[in-house]
Amino acid sequence: MDTLIEVKNISYYYAQQCAVNNISFSLQRGEVLGFLGPNGAGKSTTMQMLTANLTPAIGEIHIAGIDLLEYPKRAKAMLGYLPDTPPLYKEMRVDEYLYYCARIQRIAATRITSAIDLAKQRCGLTDVGKKLINQLSKGYQQRVGIAQAIIHTPPVVILDEPTVGLDPIQIHDIRNMIRDLAKEHSVILSTHILPEVQAVCDRVQIIHQGELVLNESIDALEQHLQSTVLLLALANPPEIEYLKTLPGIIEINQQDDQHFLVHYQADNNPTQRLLHHAVQKDWGLYELTPQKLSLENIFMSLTLQEQDRHPSQESVA
Amino acid sequence: MITGFIAWREFKSLFLSPLGWSILGVVQLIIAYQFLEQLEQYMLIQAELAMQEQAIGVTQIIIAPLLGSTAIILLLIIPLLTMRLISEERRNQTLPLLFSAPLSMTEIILGKYLGILTFIFLMVGIIALMPFSLLLGTDIDLGQTAAALLGLTLLLASFAAAGLYMSTLTRQPAVAAINTFGLLLFLWIINWAGESNTSLLAYLSLLSHFEALLKGLFNSTDICFFLLFILLFITLSIRRLEHDRLPH
Repeated sequence: MDTLIEVKNISYYYAQQCAVNNISFSLQRGEVLGFLGPNGAGKSTTMQMLTANLTPAIGEIHIAGIDLLEYPKRAKAMLGYLPDTPPLYKEMRVDEYLYYCARIQRIAATRITSAIDLAKQRCGLTDVGKKLINQLSKGYQQRVGIAQAIIHTPPVVILDEPTVGLDPIQIHDIRNMIRDLAKEHSVILSTHILPEVQAVCDRVQIIHQGELVLNESIDALEQHLQSTVLLLALANPPEIEYLKTLPGIIEINQQDDQHFLVHYQADNNPTQRLLHHAVQKDWGLYELTPQKLSLENIFMSLTLQEQDRHPSQESVA
Repeated sequence: MITGFIAWREFKSLFLSPLGWSILGVVQLIIAYQFLEQLEQYMLIQAELAMQEQAIGVTQIIIAPLLGSTAIILLLIIPLLTMRLISEERRNQTLPLLFSAPLSMTEIILGKYLGILTFIFLMVGIIALMPFSLLLGTDIDLGQTAAALLGLTLLLASFAAAGLYMSTLTRQPAVAAINTFGLLLFLWIINWAGESNTSLLAYLSLLSHFEALLKGLFNSTDICFFLLFILLFITLSIRRLEHDRLPH
């Protein structure tokens, strides 16, 4: 695997405020990287720096090994970018617009027609080529935006909140499209929708107040998500104290008369024992569920911690 | 090459909306009216002129004043032509498309400028048909006419460069137009204050450099003035776009 994006210690400031603070990360070929964070966390600013729309105050960006600041033209040829507002010329037809994009991406004249056709096909735009972009629905405009970003088949595609403002079916379609893209391109995807990350990304980065607070593969994240809690529901519960004596159980929180949260030792899962006892002693077991932390939980705990650590910055924002 | 493509698309986009057509039409109409007025006056005094020994010719009486007032009309029109160049891209948030494509700022700005310049060439070309139509009936001073047309072209190209820069400063096309108009008018009348023609203010005036060419005086200082003026505003525009990306 080779590294397509290498970001070293970049920072960016708006007036006195630090929007992005000393971020470093890298992206491998074929990876889908989810960029996650609340609104105003610095996601878009980071993406704008990656795509040469902003110049970092300090730090380096290498795209496919080419320094973006030293050789912007060569580096930018490796990129496709969909900003949070799709950069569409609404008075143009889809075909005209894609032709324009193909030209400014410096696609060779002989390959332009096939490049446009391929991009349209991949984004499901084949039937709307003659339509004015104005007349397209928001979902289709978003597709045109994505078609624009992949028309020159760049190794890296950067999508800034590609599913915002779309209906659930459109969101589903766009996610499928992103998964398809990942077969040939590396994708960076920013979003504040957590299930989206879980659905399409290989790796997730959480950015909060301009700093990276988490950088994990989705698999490693799944490990994080495994917790050591069971939800137990008994129609006919015994004394809590008795439950606590079972081996492996650390702590029991009673939710109500019949529901209990059972915390257990990671290497000593008491599920079997609980089942066994419940049947033998006729506790009337009707629910036994392993509790999973959602990405929301991790996200919330990380971003809330951060806020505690930087109360002063919060007041500036 | 890519600059040429951007220029071509800019030029074409003027004709996608009615803007390009209506500007060409209105300008042509007003100038044609003036041309006919001028021609009529010339007819009235023609007999007297014929009796004078060192009579001034048709070029001085018709063509120079015509192109002179053309310049003033276009001072009002060019800001409308240049106002959208960058400001509209800013407003529609389409600049990232250009910024993230493998283009340099210079290519973007030059492309935009050359697109407008092509339109200006077309406009001057159509306007020039009127003076040259006099060739059907009389002789005109081709040298003076050429100098005047060159002057007009350079003047309009300078207007456009100033307009382009103003367009990079804002996201409201109307504001860009008003600012351009203000700047051009100021540079036009700047020498009214200084009585003496040798003062610095007079030197900065676009009008004084244009008037020399209108009289047929081909002076390389005037040409250089216009070229430097254009270069200055193009450079400022490029700098301005680059400035957009810096931390601020």
